[in-house]
Amino acid sequence: MIELEQVGYRINGNWLVRDITLTIKDGVLWGFVGPNGAGKSTLLRLISGELTPTTGVIKLFGKPIGSYDPKELARLRAYLQQKRDVNFPFTALEIVLFGRYPYLNGTKETDCDIGIVHKALRQVEADTFAERLYTTLSGGEASRVDIARILAQAPGLFLLDEPTNHLDPRYQVQVFNLCKAICAQGKTVITAIHDLNLASMYADRLLMLRDGVSVACGTPKAVLTLNLLSETYDIPFEVLLHPDGYPWVIPKQTLS
Amino acid sequence: MQKRTKILLILTSLFPVSICVAAGIGAYQILPWHIPKILFFQEDGFAVLVYVRFPRVILAGLVGAMLAISGTTLQGIFRNPLADPGLIGVTAGAGLGASLWIVLIGGGALGLWGLPVAAFGCGVLVTLSVWKISESSGKVHTVTLLLAGIALNSLAGACIGLMTFLADDEQLRSLTFWLLGGFGGATWPVVFVTLPIAVVGIFVLLQQASALNAISLGESEAYHLGVPTESLKRWSVFGVALTVGAAVSAAGGIGFVGLVVPHLLRLMGGAEHRYVLPGSALGGAILLILADLFSRTVVAPAELPVGVVTALIGGPFFLWLLIKFKREVFL
Repeated sequence: MIELEQVGYRINGNWLVRDITLTIKDGVLWGFVGPNGAGKSTLLRLISGELTPTTGVIKLFGKPIGSYDPKELARLRAYLQQKRDVNFPFTALEIVLFGRYPYLNGTKETDCDIGIVHKALRQVEADTFAERLYTTLSGGEASRVDIARILAQAPGLFLLDEPTNHLDPRYQVQVFNLCKAICAQGKTVITAIHDLNLASMYADRLLMLRDGVSVACGTPKAVLTLNLLSETYDIPFEVLLHPDGYPWVIPKQTLS
Repeated sequence: MQKRTKILLILTSLFPVSICVAAGIGAYQILPWHIPKILFFQEDGFAVLVYVRFPRVILAGLVGAMLAISGTTLQGIFRNPLADPGLIGVTAGAGLGASLWIVLIGGGALGLWGLPVAAFGCGVLVTLSVWKISESSGKVHTVTLLLAGIALNSLAGACIGLMTFLADDEQLRSLTFWLLGGFGGATWPVVFVTLPIAVVGIFVLLQQASALNAISLGESEAYHLGVPTESLKRWSVFGVALTVGAAVSAAGGIGFVGLVVPHLLRLMGGAEHRYVLPGSALGGAILLILADLFSRTVVAPAELPVGVVTALIGGPFFLWLLIKFKREVFL
């Protein structure tokens, strides 16, 4: 369980995130949505412990996040970043092996570590190019390798910043199916996501942010409403009901 | 067997071979396979081997190992394959210390030890300033570290220039030769002082291998993987300051070893630091032993400064690497 209480983060006099109080239960898939610069990534980085909140407290599995040492924390939560740049010739397999760093006891990975890494590569269908250099992979292939890396890290909490970037619809669906499967094991996934329909399709709960403040919080049905969407994004929307029962969101064209 | 294990084994066996070959060649020729016999029975050539050749060859090996492993470490920390061991100011600082000593105090003051101690102290001091400048509220920003290094490097360079201007002819000559680097002054005492520093420094740097792997993904990714990034940076800079400081104090400024050797290792077996760090230590040792052999035999009885040799071989070689592999990803 993750508890945020009155969490705020200020840098250079600007509040990037303000007054967020939120309880995230185990086994739930959360989506953070909102316009660019709404504070989604900042909130994820606060929950990961990378940023220290200016106000409020964040508790991870019952303990304040600052009380964990880095390696301990890395076994509890993993973070998938949007950008990546690797300048050295590592293979995809090696990149995924780095995910086992927090479990490294001594200097060498065990056979068990290597087994976990191969399983993670298979889960994202990246095993076919495991021996290729990471720097020569396409954007989508590299994204899947990154996802395999955090799977190999095997945490209880997955923080994913735009995990479907660079992915075609097939792999977008695959990634979210994987998230669902992770949640079914009682683990928690929080993802910052721009694609409102993917969020609607997969997330159990959504938090909608604007200017660092929570605008709405609840099920996709409760959050993705005409009024809330138009207010948050400043453009008109059309909201339909998908035959499968979740809201279907279409931004309207605003040319006059 | 894994390819990397093979490469490390080959380098490990080439290392003693290079020592014996380099110890044998010179004005007094000794065949490498005669060395054990000569040492054991104290035959002809014993004095040359023990008092002249071995300290020199071993010092060259130590210096090469320290420069190359430091280059690998800094390339890892800065996540930039073009980083050089001099980047955080040790080399320029040591040069400054040496030039101040030679010009203002007199090269021979305090006997054999004055100059190297001044160089080492000043090198470590400049690196410490670089570190302090880039530290804010307990964290060191890597880009600031790089920029502070560049700034202090050029400042130290300017001061060395000033010292050159103030120097008389004889001081100028010894300063120039010191800056070019060489193992002409290698004796057992120098080896015995350098050895423990090399052992400690190399040991510290080898410990950072897994964390350096993780930081290749980026600093915040490394944090999310559980790497204590600040302590990684602190230990790396500490190890580099120690080893490069000792290397430069013992042998002057020797370029390109720290830049080229890590690349060679990555070309052969990839970027995994648990392989590149020990591999570049071994490779650097072998390379500098051979470069020193070349420098003292090619124009015998005179000697080329070994820094000139490494730059003459290393520069074009590095260019060749750049041109040949510019489409590939190692850069």
